[in-house]
Amino acid sequence: MKLFDYAKADSAETAAREGAVADTKFIAGGTNLLDLMKLQVETPARLVDISRLPLNDIEEVDGGGVRIGALVPNSDLAASPIIRERYEVLSRALLAGASGQLRNKASTGGNLLQRTRCYYFYETASRCNKRVPGSGCDAQQGFNRILAILGTSEHCIATHPSDMAVAMRALDATIVTLGSDGEKRRIAIGDFYRLPGDTPDVEHVLRPGELITHIELPAAPAGKQTYRKVRDRASYAFALVSVAGIVAVDGGKIASARLAFGGLGPMPWRDTAVENALVGQAPSDALFTQAADLLLRDARGFGSNDFKIPLARRTLIATLRELTA
Amino acid sequence: MQFTINGQPYQAEADIRTSLLDLLREHLSLTGSKKGCDHGQCGACTVLVNGRRINACLTLAVMHQDDDIVTIEGLGSPNKLHPLQAAFVKHDGFQCGYCTPGQICSAVGMLDEVEKGWPSHVSATLNDPDFTDEEIRERMSGNICRCSAYPNIVDAIREVADAREPVRAEAAE
Ligand SMILES: Cc1cc2nc3c(=O)[nH]c(=O)nc-3n(C[C@H](O)[C@H](O)[C@H](O)COP(=O)(O)OP(=O)(O)OC[C@H]3O[C@@H](n4cnc5c(N)ncnc54)[C@H](O)[C@@H]3O)c2cc1C
Ligand code: SF4
Ligand code: FES
Ligand code: FES
Repeated sequence: MKLFDYAKADSAETAAREGAVADTKFIAGGTNLLDLMKLQVETPARLVDISRLPLNDIEEVDGGGVRIGALVPNSDLAASPIIRERYEVLSRALLAGASGQLRNKASTGGNLLQRTRCYYFYETASRCNKRVPGSGCDAQQGFNRILAILGTSEHCIATHPSDMAVAMRALDATIVTLGSDGEKRRIAIGDFYRLPGDTPDVEHVLRPGELITHIELPAAPAGKQTYRKVRDRASYAFALVSVAGIVAVDGGKIASARLAFGGLGPMPWRDTAVENALVGQAPSDALFTQAADLLLRDARGFGSNDFKIPLARRTLIATLRELTA
Repeated sequence: MQFTINGQPYQAEADIRTSLLDLLREHLSLTGSKKGCDHGQCGACTVLVNGRRINACLTLAVMHQDDDIVTIEGLGSPNKLHPLQAAFVKHDGFQCGYCTPGQICSAVGMLDEVEKGWPSHVSATLNDPDFTDEEIRERMSGNICRCSAYPNIVDAIREVADAREPVRAEAAE
């Protein structure tokens, strides 16, 4: 690990101000950042410790939604009575991720910003455009079993590994931030992440020093909620493919559908064309197959991850069957 | 830096990069907590911080100066074993023993989570899930045992859980 300066933030405002100094990183739970610092994938010169900021409440807000502090640990969020009651998909996604110990430490904000698990990103002897812009991408000709089939570019085919973010994408979360100039911003999760394009090192729209203070969820949508995760082990493994689904059926027809996907793309993936194709139709395997065709219309495998295309199809169909049964 | 570990005050001069695990093992000679992977992937380093189980390898010591830290050394002693330690001995919940301190600290934290009514990935319902053996396996999945003593680890934890909460265990039958 490279040496760094360490400062504990005493308020969100000072954190955002100090976070804007060049080469500074916030540390919350540390479960992703320290992992990467040990390998010198991340080499910040300064750490601003935000872990003791008073951002750990889960509160109801006007309009029936909830506001989640950025430092709420993943375990507490999953176990929160409001989340269990109204946002089952989020509890389920959180519980499907990592381990009991890690969830106790991992924060809501840090979970959104965790970095890819691409092996070549982790292995500093490899070429990786995300780690060293312009160096190349060893994953495309290499072991890419866990990598993306949607939203890739010739420069990077990494996936975003979070389960929680997939549920939040289906729930239309808003990310609330505080900038180093004191400005507050509200960013829809659909606008928060960036496709790799020719800058795979730029993963989101946050500015230097911009601190996530809260995540807001609008009132829970109507319908059944589920999170289905397919992985190499029954527990303690990242998703190969996952689906966060919320579907309401009324009078034998699908009244509304929200579907977000993990393991497929560089960000929690959502495709309104798929949802629109379902709404107003009677549930059937033929319809679900059509939805899967739409989802995967631009899918591209890179060899060892080709299997994700049929796997995503089957996982989506199984999820839709479950939600419309 | 100053710490409270197993109820005792400790002082150490350590590099800012020192993980909580390295602080315990290398600076304070509390070598019960083990280093398996140093990357959050095995659970050998599990300790209790303010009563919650965490991986000591993925956190900085400097971030825990105001916390109440409990390691395997603080749970019981050779003459007065913690019920989980006694149950691991009785049920042969180990072979080489390397993962055991982490397993036991993790189980202590896990049983508290169960008492608080927290659900898990395998819970059929998110409210008041039954505490089945499948629940034990899922909730302990962050602790890898290379010797694969898993069946006996589950038996040991089951025994302690049943003694604590006979009603809940019966419901799980
Ligand atoms: C072995 C292992 C298995 C795992 N399995 C899974 C899994 O199956 N599913 C899954 O979803 N995750 C999994 N994880 C990842 C885990 O969920 C993340 O490491 C965790 O959520 C990160 O949160 P943190 O608070 O520890 O972040 P940190 O490591 O503290 O920070 C991560 C990044 O976010 C930034 N940051 C943190 N908070 C803020 C904020 N408030 N504002 C702005 N920037 C911020 C930091 O600067 C840093 O760049 C696993 C991790 C490990 C080690
Ligand atoms: S896929 Fe992305 S993260 Fe992986 S090696 Fe290529 S550039 Fe790096
Ligand atoms: S040593 Fe900490 S999890 Fe393996
Ligand atoms: S007893 Fe050997 S690793 Fe578990």
